[in-house]
Amino acid sequence: MVGSSSERVTIVGGGAAGAECAARLRMADFAGEITILSADVHPPYELPSLSKGYLSGASGYDEVLLRPVSAYTEHDIDLQLNTRVKSIDTARHEVRLDDGRVLSYSKLVLATGGRPRPLLVPGAADSAHVFYLRTLNDADRLRSVITPTSSIAVIGGGYLGLEVASVARSMGAAVTVLEGLPRLLSRVTSPPVSEFFARLHRTEGVDLRLEAKVERIEDTPDGRVTIHLGDDAPIRADLVFASIGLLPSVQLGIAAGLEAENGIRVDEYGQTSVPDVYAAGDCTSHPDAQDGGFRRLESLPNAMETAATVAASIVGNPAPYVAVPWFWSEQYDVKLQTVGVYKQGDDAVVRGDERSGEPFSVFYLRGGEVRAADVISSPRDFAAAKTLVARRVAASAADLADRRVPLKALLRATAAVPSA
Amino acid sequence: MTSTSCNPERGTDVPKVTLHYPNGEVRTLSVDNGQSVMKAATANMVPGIIGECGGELTCATCHVFVEPEWLDRLPGQEQEEVDMLDLTSEEPTECSRLSCQIVMSPDLDGLVVRLPKTQR
Repeated sequence: MVGSSSERVTIVGGGAAGAECAARLRMADFAGEITILSADVHPPYELPSLSKGYLSGASGYDEVLLRPVSAYTEHDIDLQLNTRVKSIDTARHEVRLDDGRVLSYSKLVLATGGRPRPLLVPGAADSAHVFYLRTLNDADRLRSVITPTSSIAVIGGGYLGLEVASVARSMGAAVTVLEGLPRLLSRVTSPPVSEFFARLHRTEGVDLRLEAKVERIEDTPDGRVTIHLGDDAPIRADLVFASIGLLPSVQLGIAAGLEAENGIRVDEYGQTSVPDVYAAGDCTSHPDAQDGGFRRLESLPNAMETAATVAASIVGNPAPYVAVPWFWSEQYDVKLQTVGVYKQGDDAVVRGDERSGEPFSVFYLRGGEVRAADVISSPRDFAAAKTLVARRVAASAADLADRRVPLKALLRATAAVPSA
Repeated sequence: MTSTSCNPERGTDVPKVTLHYPNGEVRTLSVDNGQSVMKAATANMVPGIIGECGGELTCATCHVFVEPEWLDRLPGQEQEEVDMLDLTSEEPTECSRLSCQIVMSPDLDGLVVRLPKTQR
């Protein structure tokens, strides 16, 4: 057993990061009390499924739960749902709840995640037809309004918006995607990948509008909604799905005096600027082990790995968080797997033909090294890409682009170099 | 090695899977019929099987080595799983499977798998 039984770890947030942190503590034989305070009414679930299998109906409720609710009881984890934290007193080691209770902690973990960035154009806040997606209840609401005969306007062409567009379109709904910038996914990937997804959605029948200027949203008496666009004709739809980014939930931490900038600032061990307070998941700004500086990531792997880092620190077995980020998306029958973080200015090398409809990959070279990759529907290439990126293999654009040169040969060429 | 027919656990409602750890530790898990070995491992909070993608055949962090006598009795492998086995942290062998794809059935009661030293 690790830790005395009088120790109490209190975790604020019942998403994947909070749940994984609790599980990792028990796996490490932590003997103290563990409490998860979750504002959600459901036990911790898989967020990525909400815009994929759960929204389409392919996965049911039990399948999206990370663990059955009994697992928490069996491992003596006090999972308190529908419970909101009002404030944290780091000097007294106490959290105050909305219902007036005060709980003490020896170690506190903030795994507060984030909330959808609200659409701020006139009419949006008052509309009965604007939907967001972050919680399972959000997904249930969205699922109840997307039908084969409904029309949906997706505002924001990032992965979340495109996944919802794909599910809605696959159900038969009429889908318009409105993206303000000149290409889809511009924050996270290169032009060839953006163009691939634009073609994919258009081929599937999505009305994709780039450089769309959403000016105003108006509910109409017929129970529908009108989206007014700058110079273009307005769009009529049954509902608007807004996916314009995530705001990390940092207010509690900031009010408690924690350092924060685009997320709660943590070191490579998940420790915040205040002793005995840690943070994990989407709400954190953590050291970027690959490129220096700090970064915030929104992904399940990041949530799980940062949570594991925090748990290791708490049980006195600290190990720095150095994992290379990775991510995946599913749209129609296409699976995208990404490793590393694409940066503007990277040299994008396409392997295969992104116009052919066949699997292809895009490798990102920075300073002559493979630093990131987007792999479309080719798990085998992803396996090689993960290693190429982790080892920062120096490769030529010509070799990467040439399908006759096996990716594994590029790995072997650098086999003497220790892995990162 | 225990054969299915003389497994003392056989006949109980919930099938069992035995995990052998590289350090010699042995743990036995109950896995509901229809549940994957990966899901059972995460639900039981046992170390060694991560399941970072939740069973979407995307992360290869639920790699196990199946004891040879059980291999033929397992559900078949999709090409996607074969491809993903390229991604495991520890070198795969002919006995490698992703435990998110091993869905429990009464026939698999008593299944024995060995865990790799690392999953990522």
